[in-house]
Amino acid sequence: MKTILFSPWTKRTLFALCLIPALLLVWRGLMGNLSANPIEFIEHKTGDWALRFLLITLAVTPLRKIFEQPLLTRFRRMLGLFAFFYVCVHLLTYLTFDQMFSLSGIYADVLKRPYITVGTAGFLMLLPLAITSTAAMVRRLGPKRWQLLHRLIYFCALAGVIHYYWLVKSDVREPLMYFGILTLLMLFRFRMWLQKGVKNKPQPASVSV
Amino acid sequence: MLIRKPADLRYSDVTPKDTYLNRRRFLAAGSAGIVGAWALPTPAHATMKLNNVAKSGYKVDEKITPFEDITTYNNYYEFGTDKGDPSHYANTLRPSPWQVQVGGLVNKPKTFDLDSVMKIAPLEERIYRHRCVEAWSIVVPWIGFPLAALLKEVEPNNKAKYVAFQTLYDPKQMPLGNRAGIELPYVEGLRMDEAMHPLSLLAVGLYGQTLPNQNGAPIRLVIPWKYGFKSIKSIVKITLTDKQPPTTWNIANAHEYGFYSNVNPAVDHPRWSQATERRLGELFKRKTLMFNGYPEVASLYTGMDLRKNY
Repeated sequence: MKTILFSPWTKRTLFALCLIPALLLVWRGLMGNLSANPIEFIEHKTGDWALRFLLITLAVTPLRKIFEQPLLTRFRRMLGLFAFFYVCVHLLTYLTFDQMFSLSGIYADVLKRPYITVGTAGFLMLLPLAITSTAAMVRRLGPKRWQLLHRLIYFCALAGVIHYYWLVKSDVREPLMYFGILTLLMLFRFRMWLQKGVKNKPQPASVSV
Repeated sequence: MLIRKPADLRYSDVTPKDTYLNRRRFLAAGSAGIVGAWALPTPAHATMKLNNVAKSGYKVDEKITPFEDITTYNNYYEFGTDKGDPSHYANTLRPSPWQVQVGGLVNKPKTFDLDSVMKIAPLEERIYRHRCVEAWSIVVPWIGFPLAALLKEVEPNNKAKYVAFQTLYDPKQMPLGNRAGIELPYVEGLRMDEAMHPLSLLAVGLYGQTLPNQNGAPIRLVIPWKYGFKSIKSIVKITLTDKQPPTTWNIANAHEYGFYSNVNPAVDHPRWSQATERRLGELFKRKTLMFNGYPEVASLYTGMDLRKNY
C-alpha cells in the first residue's frame, strides 16, 4: 500500500483522472453535444465538479485517519487545486458569457443576488488558499498559521453548497446531498477535535502516599 | 382572398410519421457511431404531420429555434427536473385517447375529445417568442387556435372572471412526478380578459406536426407575453371561475412566482435578474423585452402596479 501511495505514477494517474471532467467538456464541445444551452451546461458541470472536488479534498483527512494511511495527504493539494481550477472555469464562463465583463452588471449581481454573493465569497476565500498552496508558502507562513488559514476551505465548501441551494428552483435533493456529505465530513473533524481535547486535558494529579 | 375553412381533418386522419422518424434515428445513430448514440434523445412519441395549417400574421422576424433544441431542452417537471429529462422520459405519456373537460361558470359545459378539439377553429401557425422565468428563450412555430374560440363554444356566463387550467397527473404515466418538488397536478390560471386576448393560443403542434410529448402533448396553452410556466401543458381540465385560481409555482413559492408573471425586464426574480435572457443558440445574452415584445397586451394591465402584481 505504502509503495503504491509513494509511486509517482499514482499521482500522475490521479491527475489524469481529475482532468477527465474538463476533457469531457472539451470533447462534448467539439462534438456539438453541450445541450441546447451550452453556456449553462458548462457553468453547471464546472460548478458541480468544483463542489465535488472541494468535498473530495475535505475527505482526505477523514480517510487518512480511518484507514491509517498518512501518505494520502500527498494528494490533498492537487485535489484542492483542481477544485480551484473548476471554480475558475465556472467563474470565467459566467463573467464572459453571462456578464460580458460588464462591471456594473457584475457589481449589481454580487450585491443583489444572494446566491452570487455567497458564490463570490467562496471564490475569494479559495483564492488565498490556491496562492499559498506551495511548499515555499507553507514555510513562509509557518505550518501553524498556514493550517489556520487553510481552514477557510470549510467555509468555501459551505459557500459552494449554499450557492447551489439558492440557485435551484424546486428540486433541492442534489444540493441537500452535498450538504449532507459536508456535514458528515465536518462531524468527523468535530469528533477528532473532541478526542484531542480529552487527550490534552491535564489529568488530575493523583496524590500518592 | 383567403377564405378560412374549418380544418376538416380528424386527429386520426393525419399521417403517421413513424417511418421517417425511424429512418432519421437510424441515420443519426449511424453518424454518431459509437461516440454518443446512447446520448441521443429518442423521440418520446411519434408525432404526426398536421395538414391544412394556415400561416398567420402572428410571427416574429427572428431566427426560429431549431426543432432539436425546442424538443430536448425544456421544463416538464412531471418527467424530471433537468431540462434534458422530458425528452428522455416523456415517452410514458399517452396523448391519445385524450379528453379535455371544460366547465365551471359556463352555459354549455362540454368534454372535448381530440377530434372535436381539432374542429373548434381552423389551425394556424404562429411564430412566438417564448421566455422562460429562468432567463432562457426560444422562438417556436406553434400550431393551434385562439383560446377564445374554445371558450366561446362553452359560453362563459357573466360571473366568470377567471379561467383555471389543469394538467394531467397520472403517476403511472408520470412516475417521476413524485420527485418534482411541486404540488401536482400542475394548475395554472388567467384572468378572463387575458384568456380572451387574441394572442392567447391553444397549441396542438409545433414545426408542422403534433406536439411531442415533452412539449405538452396533445394540447397546451401558449401565452407568449408571460413566463413559460404559465403556458400549461397536456391540459385535461379547463374551469371558469369567479375567483383567482391557485397556480402551481405560486403555491410552491409565492414570494418568487406571482399569478400574473408577465415578462418584465424591470422586475427581477428575487434570486436572479430578468433584464437579459439567453436565446438558445446564441452565445451572449440579449435584452429582455417588456411583455416579451408584445406591447399590445399592455392595456390589459392599465393602472396596475406590475411590481406588486408580478
